[in-house]
Amino acid sequence: MSEGEHISKHTNTMNQKDIVLQIKDLHKSFGDNRVLNGFNMTLHKGENLVIMGKSGSGKSVMIKCLVGLMEADKGSISVMGKDITTLNQETLDILRADIGFLFQGSALYDSMTVRENLEFPLRRHSEKFDGNVDTNSLVIKALENVGLAEAIDLMPSELSGGMKRRVALARTLILQPKIILYDEPTSGLDPITAKEIIILMQEIQKKYGTSSLIITHDVDCARVISDRMILLIDGINYAEGAYAQLSISKDPKIKAFFKH
Amino acid sequence: MLSIQSLRQQIDSFFIEIGELSYFAGRYFKESVKPPFEFKELLRQCYSMGNRSLLLVIITGFIIGLVLTLQTRPTLMEFGAVSWMPSMVGISIVREIGPMITALVCAGRIGSGIGAELGSMRVTEQIDAMEVSGTNPFKYLVVTRIVATTIMLPLLVIIGDAVALYGSFLVEILKGNVSFTLYFNQVFNSLEFGDIIPATIKSFFFGFAIGLVGCFKGYYCKKGTAGVGKAANSAVVFTSLLLFVIDFIAVFVTDIFYDL
Repeated sequence: MSEGEHISKHTNTMNQKDIVLQIKDLHKSFGDNRVLNGFNMTLHKGENLVIMGKSGSGKSVMIKCLVGLMEADKGSISVMGKDITTLNQETLDILRADIGFLFQGSALYDSMTVRENLEFPLRRHSEKFDGNVDTNSLVIKALENVGLAEAIDLMPSELSGGMKRRVALARTLILQPKIILYDEPTSGLDPITAKEIIILMQEIQKKYGTSSLIITHDVDCARVISDRMILLIDGINYAEGAYAQLSISKDPKIKAFFKH
Repeated sequence: MLSIQSLRQQIDSFFIEIGELSYFAGRYFKESVKPPFEFKELLRQCYSMGNRSLLLVIITGFIIGLVLTLQTRPTLMEFGAVSWMPSMVGISIVREIGPMITALVCAGRIGSGIGAELGSMRVTEQIDAMEVSGTNPFKYLVVTRIVATTIMLPLLVIIGDAVALYGSFLVEILKGNVSFTLYFNQVFNSLEFGDIIPATIKSFFFGFAIGLVGCFKGYYCKKGTAGVGKAANSAVVFTSLLLFVIDFIAVFVTDIFYDL
């Protein structure tokens, strides 16, 4: 079965105006190692798109190119109609207020309390709230959203892995982003905590109507949360479609992802 | 053949590192004059660095004063020149020993601390998280630390010098018969602006070097937790080497001015 057969026509049927994020022909190499080799994708408004791939397949590289943490060798990345590869630093920083990023290891600032961690993004983006920022109420509201209001004055070292992930999610939410990028949101967590995080992600998506790009190799997470999936193999979007569609594929490369 | 090739590679990588450090220093000068200025973080760093190093500088300075006087006294007595002791100790501590020993102690204490802290922030993606939140991590983490070391080192040198002179005075009390006023009158009578000003200017450069190398090693730390240890270690080694080079240049330049 050729790879073309796996590409769903799902994207073509959706309204092109609803595209919030689009990658075209993305290439990225590290020396002789070609990680991304012409990757393409689109994310639509309110959609949960899961990208799955093996470790080292370039998922994290792709997501870092998306927010300008890494420079792509070739290709275009458009976020809400703006090509981020051509933006200056100031415009990119303003655009970043609309993109939340949940890091794989939570990436909480360990010299700051939970409150200070959440206040940090507000320092730069107060204009998003027309200058009227009630920092305290925003912090409390964000923590309440993830069920951790009581941890406000704790240091990250005093939190468990699951709590850290929740606080990181609250920090991502505080700027009320339109797109949230999740880099392995359940990795390193026990199955119960992982399930709690997945439920939380669904609740947030429903409450705020955000578009989510989720990078994972957790099949359960993909099954529960995805509206659509892309399998990143050999640096390209090898297969694309709904979970139910891909999970019954006979292609050995695709089947390998869904074996339990 | 292999050893020549390996030597060539080492020389190449040394000059590449010098080039990268120069670029990093250039970026520091560019970013340090651009608003917004992180005054709160700068004050926090000044307090933290002064607080962390003060006790160590006091103990080291005190011991240096004691040892210098104890070891020099017998020789001066042989020549009947023990009355020159305060002048000799004063000039050698203010001109050379005080700034150099304080800088070396701070390179070990502050330089390695900065290297380890920023290195750890890099490998746990905290620096990336800062960038994604729209805050310039170079300005927030690097500029504040370099400015703080540049300001704090001359202050620590002054304290170290004062304690070393007091240590020397205590030996003189134990071994001879000299009053506090007489001892310190003789110390200050022998000191000229030509001794104090170059030593103070040199201390600013020492502080700058400690902050610059520590930040450079930490900010570009790679290879996980092993990289953090390497960043801290190489920050101390590289800074110590740089301190001696700066000291040589400072003495050379001062000597030219004396000749004029």
